[in-house]
Amino acid sequence: MATNNNFRTCPDTGLQFHRPAETLMKVNAVAGVVCMLIGGIMGLGVGLTRWPAVHFLPADAFYLALTSHGINILIFWLIFFEVAVLYFCSSTLLRCRLATPRWGWASFALMVIGAVMNNVAVLQGRSSVMMTSYAPMSADPMFYLGLILFAVGALIACFIFLGTLVIAKAEKTYEGSISLVTFGALTAAIIAIFTIASGAIILIPTFLWSIGYINSIDGLMYRVIWWAMGHSSQQINVAAHIAVWYAIVGVAFGAKPLSEKVSRFAFLLYILFLQLASAHHLLVDPGISSEWKIFNTSYAMYLAVMASMIHGLTVPGAMEAAQRKRGLNKGLFEWLRKAPWGNPTFSATILSLVIFGFLGGISGVMMGTEQLNLIIHNTLYVPGHFHATVAAGTTLAFMGLTYWLLPVLFRRKLILPGLAKWQPYLFGLGVTGMSLFMMAAGTLGVPRRHWDMSFSGAALQHDFPATAFTMMALNGMSAVLAVVGGGLFILLVVGSLLLGKKLGEDEKLPEAIIAEPVSDYHGIGIGRVSIPGTLTLALIFLTVFVLYYFVNWKYLGQTWGLS
Amino acid sequence: MTTYSTTGKTNWWKEPIESVELIWIGLVVVWGLIMTFMMPYWHVVGKQNLSNESYKTKPEVYLKKAEAMVSEHTVRTIGQQELPVVAPPVGSDVYLVARLWEWWPALELKKGQSYRLHLSSLDWQHGFSLQPENINLQIVPGYETVVTITPTTSGELSVVCNEYCGIGHHNMIGKIFVTE
Repeated sequence: MATNNNFRTCPDTGLQFHRPAETLMKVNAVAGVVCMLIGGIMGLGVGLTRWPAVHFLPADAFYLALTSHGINILIFWLIFFEVAVLYFCSSTLLRCRLATPRWGWASFALMVIGAVMNNVAVLQGRSSVMMTSYAPMSADPMFYLGLILFAVGALIACFIFLGTLVIAKAEKTYEGSISLVTFGALTAAIIAIFTIASGAIILIPTFLWSIGYINSIDGLMYRVIWWAMGHSSQQINVAAHIAVWYAIVGVAFGAKPLSEKVSRFAFLLYILFLQLASAHHLLVDPGISSEWKIFNTSYAMYLAVMASMIHGLTVPGAMEAAQRKRGLNKGLFEWLRKAPWGNPTFSATILSLVIFGFLGGISGVMMGTEQLNLIIHNTLYVPGHFHATVAAGTTLAFMGLTYWLLPVLFRRKLILPGLAKWQPYLFGLGVTGMSLFMMAAGTLGVPRRHWDMSFSGAALQHDFPATAFTMMALNGMSAVLAVVGGGLFILLVVGSLLLGKKLGEDEKLPEAIIAEPVSDYHGIGIGRVSIPGTLTLALIFLTVFVLYYFVNWKYLGQTWGLS
Repeated sequence: MTTYSTTGKTNWWKEPIESVELIWIGLVVVWGLIMTFMMPYWHVVGKQNLSNESYKTKPEVYLKKAEAMVSEHTVRTIGQQELPVVAPPVGSDVYLVARLWEWWPALELKKGQSYRLHLSSLDWQHGFSLQPENINLQIVPGYETVVTITPTTSGELSVVCNEYCGIGHHNMIGKIFVTE
């Protein structure tokens, strides 16, 4: 292939882009943003309908919108973008040609066809089965086939990533080990392969059942295997967005990891234990033993939680250390106060980290505790949790990376930088509100995926407490805020791609967008503690975690006896 | 060497670990062990645990058992649909049917007494959500869950469906009455 050794060097960052890979990154990222737009509009419909005073959509449209919202955001937006991240972390960071760009296009085509097919099936109205599509409720065969084609495409992309690592190693494009960020992407790719295999094992038979080749699908078997895909796919997001956190503290502060060994070990724990988390969806299911539930949801003794808590320390820790090394070494928090809060790449990343940890991480452990799940399962607490992990954690991190990639990858200047400054805060505040208010409503018993909490058309009645209605109104307002923030992101990105000032291939930006690497971390901190600020924040986090954990046991202890 | 670059690599495996990281890992390990311990501990001392008792069943078999209970222990009916209210003997097996889109029948239980509550669905998956207690269980067709319940509050409680089950999902409400 004549064009396969075609590179350009970014004048601002020195990164080397393999041109065929660059095009593939662009198309995948753009396709992701399109899915985010569809999912976001649907999400607005959902949020406004669950705001009791507004109650925007009729029931059938609500369930359709909720199905579309879940699939477009949780699957299509994130995985399209993650494919771009995989290509970036292999081809660009390792300065290597991408393995088989033609297969990259095949992968992209399959993913687009799959996403379109699934969206058409949902919009036709015969597949309002939610993202989970729990058998024996069935959807149009196109619904399952679309997901299968999308997954095959994503699987091909994972193997292109692995192939690129092999080529880079063989062609000696780098020295030593792959970088920490690429290592994180490798973690995501390995989890993705497990996820897609699980998806194939359950979705292919379900597709055959929907067209009549298989008689029945066992509901419990479906749940067990489906969640090996359904939750694991969220673990791809976690691994990918943590890789992005490391990348951004690297480019924004020139930070090196505090110790590579610890950070890499934490990623390794994800590969070994994170998928066990799928089991927390099955904690109140029939036919599954307590021993199985305890082993799996503790991720074999909370080893994957430990991994996340390590990253939660080492990412801001690396940033603190680099800032201190640059002279911001006074007191506990000078490094944080004087951080570039007006830079959307940075603010999106730090918001992602804080919201993911405090709201998403802690609530996830609550839901994943065998007995505590009894007072949480299928209430609004659950979407409260995953809006903090996926909408705040992953989506904000990807937004931050996108701002940085606009000049670097797309060679366009960001339009309206004054507005971009505010965008991560708007979106972050909206998502934080949604997450907190949904958790509160869930604690009061409000069900998820439910059109009418006032039960106006039901034969029998139930009154939720007035506070629950207030929480849902506040959730609706937060959803509007989040959609405005998300819409602004799409406007800024699409606007910059179409109207932003084109940057010539060798044209440097006036301001630096990559920091000089820090060489070592000697002589920083207070006394013998090199990162006292991060340690303080981490201890506050742990205190909140411990208190909230036992508050939930207290709630549980007040309910009816069950044995 | 930064987090993303591959130039200037040293042998990272031999680099020492930051002391802050070691302190943190120690704390997190201890906390993980405490959380791991809490679940079996609650099985011993806590009063809210699921039994591991469940059976494979068939809709018609399960419905027959519920119908037998309803014909024997119905005390009254409620609502326009005349939903039977069943007052089963203390300690007996109580069958609650989930189907599109109702919980059948309604139950009348005595506070402080225990009952063996059976739950199954005749069609799709449903979610048993007892309000305002906020106890939530997954109901899967073909499987019969048995859980011994002991009401500790009295009054009129609702069973809301919290697993999406189609267009009538939001109207699926059942009742459990608890008398002193």
